Amino acid sequence: MADKPIIDVRVQAGPFDAAGEAKRLAALADVGAVVTFTGICRSDGGRLKGLELEHYPGMAEEEIARVAGEAARRWPIAGAVAIHRHGVIAAGDDIVLVVTASAHRAAAFAAAEFLMDWLKTRAPFWKREIFADGSAGDWVEARAADDHAADRWHLDKAAE
Amino acid sequence: MKALYFAWIRERTGLAEEVIEPPATVKTAGDLIDWLKGRGEEFEYAFGDEHVVRIAIDRAHVQRDAPIEGAREIAFFPPMTGG
Repeated sequence: MADKPIIDVRVQAGPFDAAGEAKRLAALADVGAVVTFTGICRSDGGRLKGLELEHYPGMAEEEIARVAGEAARRWPIAGAVAIHRHGVIAAGDDIVLVVTASAHRAAAFAAAEFLMDWLKTRAPFWKREIFADGSAGDWVEARAADDHAADRWHLDKAAE
Repeated sequence: MKALYFAWIRERTGLAEEVIEPPATVKTAGDLIDWLKGRGEEFEYAFGDEHVVRIAIDRAHVQRDAPIEGAREIAFFPPMTGG
């Protein structure tokens, strides 16, 4: 995999086309595995109408690009796409997409998981619940489990 | 420099962003938080749970001991909950 990997990062309000993005990466040279992860807004058993996602414009894109670049340094991937939505997301709709492509599945799986773990704990996005009646709910608290998931990749704290 | 506040820190301060001019004695991001807390009840409330506040200088994550000299933009926010 001599070519420089394709890295595509987008932060947008509108929906994305997961199948189309996967197809695009699958068409790259020497790709034998494509992993696609889609994060979806839960209704939490009907309690929520959706979520409102606030982000830090500029830093959100830069941070996800940094994470994707780090994934490309760690694993021999041909390409990675990461798309994160902001604004009001209705329950059942997509929030985040990560697609990774590589010659073999191990690198594609690992890079995708790394991207999601790091994105959840490093990219500046904050979720707030919107209750079923449309009223504003609480800010979602960061989960220790997400920090632990990110910690296992031994992130370089000095680079922070 | 420009100060940005996000999520519940924004709501507590009542500001999304402002231009601040801290005195020369304020050298680190941590000093700046202490200085901001002295500006009024809403800032004391916003930064009261100080250990959870995350900081970015010019869009890069930093710790409290990071120097603020030369910074154009400093942002304060709760732990991220994207994904």
